[in-house]
Amino acid sequence: MTETLTPALDERFRAAAAAEGLLDVAYDVLADTPIGALLVGVTDHGLCRITFDPEPERELEELARLFGPRVLRSSRPLERARLELDEYFAGRRRHFEIEPDVRTLPAYNQRVLAELARVEYGHTTTYGTLAAQSGNPRAARAVGTVMHRNPVPIVLPCHRVVGANGKLTGYAGGLDRKEQLLRLEGAIL
Amino acid sequence: MATAVPPFESFYEAHRGEVFRFLGRRLGRQQAEDAFQETFLRALRAYPRLEHGEHLRAWVLTIASRIVLDDVRKRRPQGELPELAVEDELAAFEQLAPLTEGLPPNQRAAVVLRYGYDLGYDEIGDALGSTEAAARQAASAGVRRIRSQKEQQ
Repeated sequence: MTETLTPALDERFRAAAAAEGLLDVAYDVLADTPIGALLVGVTDHGLCRITFDPEPERELEELARLFGPRVLRSSRPLERARLELDEYFAGRRRHFEIEPDVRTLPAYNQRVLAELARVEYGHTTTYGTLAAQSGNPRAARAVGTVMHRNPVPIVLPCHRVVGANGKLTGYAGGLDRKEQLLRLEGAIL
Repeated sequence: MATAVPPFESFYEAHRGEVFRFLGRRLGRQQAEDAFQETFLRALRAYPRLEHGEHLRAWVLTIASRIVLDDVRKRRPQGELPELAVEDELAAFEQLAPLTEGLPPNQRAAVVLRYGYDLGYDEIGDALGSTEAAARQAASAGVRRIRSQKEQQ
């Protein structure tokens, strides 16, 4: 073959695309966190996506549908999210400063996630409590659904929500990960 | 139903190699690097206005061809400028766009690159990943089809 595209030139384009503000979503895959690979996405409004065990193809379609078709892997816009997550996993960060971007969610989901954001590091709450705080004490099941569809787990800490009997119940990333995160935070032994 | 515009990442991964090889042959490595970035930045700027995900390969090669022409023109001494003014060039391309709309992607790309951008058949063959003969054939099949469509109108 004659000329081939070098990785450096490829990265240069990806950085330029982000620097010129041309992207609807910039994403990257953090390959080696303690809980496995995470796909992390950001928009101009903040952190819009964290996915466990990502299947990028399906994921990119979904991001394009929600935020616009200019979805591109570009590491520079992810620097802050990456740093905060690294610190969190190392036990050096208890609170995330990066803002979640939940604009595309229904109003009810946004309200529940806003309540969820107040549950502190190392503490847990229940689906029922969160439902009551969001305006309807009987909506525990609906709150469970909102947790399951949380677009930015870890940063919006749905792992801190457990059943009324103290059981971990469920987690979009699997119960092992929920347990691992609560252990990291010292919420369980 | 028309196919949806794919996420830019998928579009970029599918065409970056071919676009770079095309630019490399036309401009040489050094110039091709800048032209490569410019091609995909222009594509990115125009991307939200695309109405469907068809003919994307021909579309991005057309952008790359335009950048090659701009680059060649810039480096040519004043006296040797081709007779067509930039505006005429644009008009030629724009006149082709509606005419070629119904063509199969390969024929459309061949016609646009040949008559809109004045590329040789060898270069069009390179751009389309086929041969000079196949490019010539695609362009003439495209022209025949446009003619018969016009006669039917």
